[in-house]
Amino acid sequence: MSSQDILPEGKQEFTITVYTENQIGLLNRIAIIFTRRKINIDSLNTSPSEIDSIHRFTIVINETEDVVRKLARQIEKQVEVLKVYFHTNTDIIWQEMALYKVPADMIAEKAPVERLLRENGARAVVIRKDYIVFETTGHREETENLIKVLQPYGLIEFVRSARIAIIKDSEGFNAKLREFEQREPGEEVSENEYLNQRDKVFTM
Amino acid sequence: MEATQQEVLTAPEEQQAIELSGSAALLEALIIEGVSTIFGYPGGAIMPIYDALYDYKEKLNHILVRHEQGGIHAGQGYARSSGKVGVVFATSGPGATNLVTGLADAQIDSTPLVCITGQVFAHLLGTDAFQETDVINITTPVTKWNYQITDATEIPEVIAKAFYIARSGRPGPVLIDITKNAQIQKFAFKGYTPCHHIRSYRPKPIIRPKFIEQAAQVINEAKKPFILWGQGVILGKAEKEFTAFLKKSGIPAAWTIMGVGAIPTDHPQNVGMLGMHGNYGPNVLTNECDVLIAIGMRFDDRVTGRLDKYAKQAKVIHLDIDPAEIDKNVQTHVAVWGDCKETLPLLTQLIEEKQHTEWLEKFNDYARQENEALIDAELHPQTGEMTMGEVIDQLNQLTDGDAIVVTDVGQHQMVGCRYAKFNHTRSNITSGGLGTMGFALPAAIGAKFGAQQRTVVAVIGDGGFQMTIQELGTIMQSGVDVKILILNNRFLGMVRQWQELFNERRYSFVDIQSPDFVQVAKGYGIAGKTVTEREDLQSSLKEMLSNPGSFLLEVMVTKENNVFPMVPQGCSVSEIRLK
Ligand SMILES: Cc1ncc(C[n+]2csc(CCOP(=O)(O)OP(=O)(O)O)c2C)c(N)n1
Repeated sequence: MSSQDILPEGKQEFTITVYTENQIGLLNRIAIIFTRRKINIDSLNTSPSEIDSIHRFTIVINETEDVVRKLARQIEKQVEVLKVYFHTNTDIIWQEMALYKVPADMIAEKAPVERLLRENGARAVVIRKDYIVFETTGHREETENLIKVLQPYGLIEFVRSARIAIIKDSEGFNAKLREFEQREPGEEVSENEYLNQRDKVFTM
Repeated sequence: MEATQQEVLTAPEEQQAIELSGSAALLEALIIEGVSTIFGYPGGAIMPIYDALYDYKEKLNHILVRHEQGGIHAGQGYARSSGKVGVVFATSGPGATNLVTGLADAQIDSTPLVCITGQVFAHLLGTDAFQETDVINITTPVTKWNYQITDATEIPEVIAKAFYIARSGRPGPVLIDITKNAQIQKFAFKGYTPCHHIRSYRPKPIIRPKFIEQAAQVINEAKKPFILWGQGVILGKAEKEFTAFLKKSGIPAAWTIMGVGAIPTDHPQNVGMLGMHGNYGPNVLTNECDVLIAIGMRFDDRVTGRLDKYAKQAKVIHLDIDPAEIDKNVQTHVAVWGDCKETLPLLTQLIEEKQHTEWLEKFNDYARQENEALIDAELHPQTGEMTMGEVIDQLNQLTDGDAIVVTDVGQHQMVGCRYAKFNHTRSNITSGGLGTMGFALPAAIGAKFGAQQRTVVAVIGDGGFQMTIQELGTIMQSGVDVKILILNNRFLGMVRQWQELFNERRYSFVDIQSPDFVQVAKGYGIAGKTVTEREDLQSSLKEMLSNPGSFLLEVMVTKENNVFPMVPQGCSVSEIRLK
């Protein structure tokens, strides 16, 4: 953890990892736990985990450890939450992905840009006549750096993803997850089939 | 899901599946869950369920309330007096939103409820259809769990989950929103299996013997240990286990208003009420004990006062079923996670048999001081108008501590909790965490349905009574026997007290006029009377209690009486004021 990660009043960046059932409305239930305490979520990613029916939330906030511990317990209390972990940046490996759209002519003409991209570990995702889209992955400072570099070349658009993180420690939650899955395979999430049929179903 | 063979109660085999509507399947499920009483109010979006209910009239007693808020408070009263899950029906939109106060109340007071709301047809969801409200999102922060059913086939499993979640672990309210098509839809009902396990849900934390041993050691070494107990003892049905722990440990114990009644009022180790209007001794001595043993209570700010000056000298042992409560407000020395019904006996086994006579005597000393300084004058005033305290005292004498006392919110609530005598558990029903005015009248109706053999007395202020006064109609129609005791001080008393003490008597909008309550009751066919003179108090209370059926007794009490002691907001518990 670099010293700049430490914020005033003992606050620092924490990454909260939440393993959950794949359930409609759960995102809201989890988000409420933060908004109710007026805590800003810096980054939020939700994705399937390595187990079919289990989802994983990665939430980044700046808070004191005491607050984060209490939040984690409140989240774990939710019926559809299997497990919550929280970590400081030293305990995880994390990445964010960024996309940059730059005018093609500028890039084509200015060779140094290409070099800069290589130096920044970026690669082209789309090459069109009018623009090129680059991608980098890394920590915030790294993806931020390339914005600065590309700005003078007419950066048109920039977007960065939420953080995803892998816990350095041990085998994580995997063994437990597999055990859960073996004992009780997840239920199929029943979709709102009526929503698709709309007027074909009942009307009053 | 795991279920033993005999738990599959209806039509377990595939070939025995019967065609049922979603509504009928819901009612079948309720019956198998042991539900006999439902509080509710119909409307367009829940009409199929009400239509099905017509055929189940013999098995399911539906009480038509006068407002959905009344319905859910009745459900809460029912759950609290019976220890079972309260069930409430409401229609979509305004019906469902009227439940929100009760849900919030049940959530903070850990009351098990299953609320069923009707919802518009699934194909209309999200279209601002008539009476469509996003009930799931509105109720998410105030429910333990909620779920929207859009297909009838989901009903058996979701209802089973709802009951399991509502009553297990730390109980709480669950709301199930069912779209109208799912209520109508016919499907092959394959039977109903009660739920006992959800993969992602841990109702109880695992008990860790190491911490029980640590707790026992701390208790054994303590010179001045002190027990604080809350509703967890009652919710965990651990009254016996708690009594055994008290007996062996010899430790003085004080209660939160949610925990009172778990042991009889006159138990020799019961040293009184905690918190803002609690007793003198327990508040002061919280800052003197060397070990604080909190059992099934959550260190609410009304109990702790200023946290940075709360029991700093003590080692804190906290027994709770909800891990999120540990260290939430007060840092613990030893955390004993688990259901206190299971953890208390383990702890009792490991502690030494002791008597803390001298220490207990300190509490009694303070009790004597409090008696002299104020209780005596409150319970036995020699002159002037009647006090709330003396009314409760008279009630105690007549009911002998056997009644269920349901209080509303305000001064009378604090007086009721302070002075009512309880011989039995599940006897004090009040809105502790949310402090909801309008709670008592409907909650008392529910409490009576939940404990039909017991006398139920609702103690209500003139303000709070007018918040859900319409539930007199429910009493009228259902014929339920509830004794209504209005303590009328012609003020929103508790707010007035604060204005007197902290706002230089600037009585801003607390002067409340009331109708002739006895006439109002009469309009609903309920007998009643008003007492203004002390000499009529006892006979009138007797008349109320012996009246067959409901009775409204209005007692005119001192206009500007204050509830003391008091820990002013922002003060430490040891700064409790006697006047
Ligand atoms: C729904 C609701 N609104 C407002 C309050 C704030 N409040 C707390 S006590 C109180 C006064 C209660 O007056 P009354 O019912 O006459 O009882 P008293 O205090 O006089 O015994 C008020 C307004 C509340 N607790 N609940």
